[in-house]
Amino acid sequence: MSEVVHLAGPSRRGPGLEELVGRVSRGDQQAFEQVYDAVVGPVLGLVRRILRDPAQSEEVAQEVMVELWRTAARYDRDKGTVMAWVMTLAHRRAVDRVRSAQAAADREQKAAALGHSTAFDEVAEQVESRLEREQVRRCLRGLTQLQRESVNLAYYRGCTYREVAELLGVPLGTVKTRLRDGLIRLRDCLGVTA
Amino acid sequence: MNHAPDLHTLTGAYAVHALDPEERARFEEHLAGCEACAQEVRELGAAAARLGEAEAVSPPPDLRRRVLAEIATVRQMPPQVPQTGLDERPSGVLPRLARQWPRLALAASVAGAAVLGGLAWQFHQDADRADRRAAVARQQQDDFARLMAAPDARTATARTGGASAAVVWSAGANRAAFLTSGLPHLPEGKVYELWYNDAGTMRPAGLLPPGGAARMLDGAVDGAAGIGVTVEPSGGSARPSGQPVLLLPFT
Repeated sequence: MSEVVHLAGPSRRGPGLEELVGRVSRGDQQAFEQVYDAVVGPVLGLVRRILRDPAQSEEVAQEVMVELWRTAARYDRDKGTVMAWVMTLAHRRAVDRVRSAQAAADREQKAAALGHSTAFDEVAEQVESRLEREQVRRCLRGLTQLQRESVNLAYYRGCTYREVAELLGVPLGTVKTRLRDGLIRLRDCLGVTA
Repeated sequence: MNHAPDLHTLTGAYAVHALDPEERARFEEHLAGCEACAQEVRELGAAAARLGEAEAVSPPPDLRRRVLAEIATVRQMPPQVPQTGLDERPSGVLPRLARQWPRLALAASVAGAAVLGGLAWQFHQDADRADRRAAVARQQQDDFARLMAAPDARTATARTGGASAAVVWSAGANRAAFLTSGLPHLPEGKVYELWYNDAGTMRPAGLLPPGGAARMLDGAVDGAAGIGVTVEPSGGSARPSGQPVLLLPFT
């Protein structure tokens, strides 16, 4: 494991999380609370980045945490870290929400009304979180513009790659490959192993 | 249907949930037989997760209370367990299927549906994927049940080495299903591909999932003379790259 990964948050990705999820799968509520505390900040942050609307975001974050409880026994540590698993659940839930037409309408409306100000918009002020953020930003800057825009629209806005192609005015095949090679570059820059 | 190279480039879009539902289902089918793709999806998913983690915010305390209150009312899913009997089941079914068809059609249908249902459990890597797999398997079960119920459904069986296989087909329903038991385990990077035999020309009909025991053939029978099974690179081929390991004529 590389140094950057260690700096990025040993408390969140420490060896304990996988073990804790094992206990959660056996119905241990105390273990669940520990997992909750470790992952809820990133989960809510990602969901909010995608949905914007604070109330909807909390709703989806709650769904994600309950899904974690419900499906803990299906977590397979060979398939990746707990954090990666949970963030995948969170991203999919948020994207599903974006794609339901009703939610989309609400979202646009409320996002316009609320802008960025919310009751809980404070960034978690831990050093590890700031370092993680800086590292991700640096790696995003390392992408080509088209890669970065494709990843931004797909990941942070929940667009399908067809929508990304439409928004950027480039062919579908180009978006497919830019998403893939962009993520590959991020993987290498972030030192991700799976 | 040699869409493997094209499908492979979808790993990135899949990892960030940027595929339409149909494409996602098609890609997941491909993923089941492509370990390199699965590995890449894992890695790109982990990289994407890091983008999400960097967005961490301080959650409102109230959320914690609501989540803890809700989980007290939510039943947890059991773990996945290997489906013992998945491979044994067809071996019991096939000989009977051959000898006593159609008297045991209903029993075979039920057993076959169980085999197909088992496929749902075989591949899933998380509950979400399981849900979609289950949907695919339900569709397969429905197709299979319809095929078995077709008045002109017929069956043919073959044995090769320790393996046995059967094909069930109906000209009326224009569909076919393949069931097998004991096919040798393939090395990584290889997959069994099914084909319709159109008078000597092989038409791709789908991949047998690793360890899989049954599947509906993709596409319609459309007057094919039978089916064949070959060993292909992961992701399948547009044309057979070698001699069939099994041939089952529709007779």
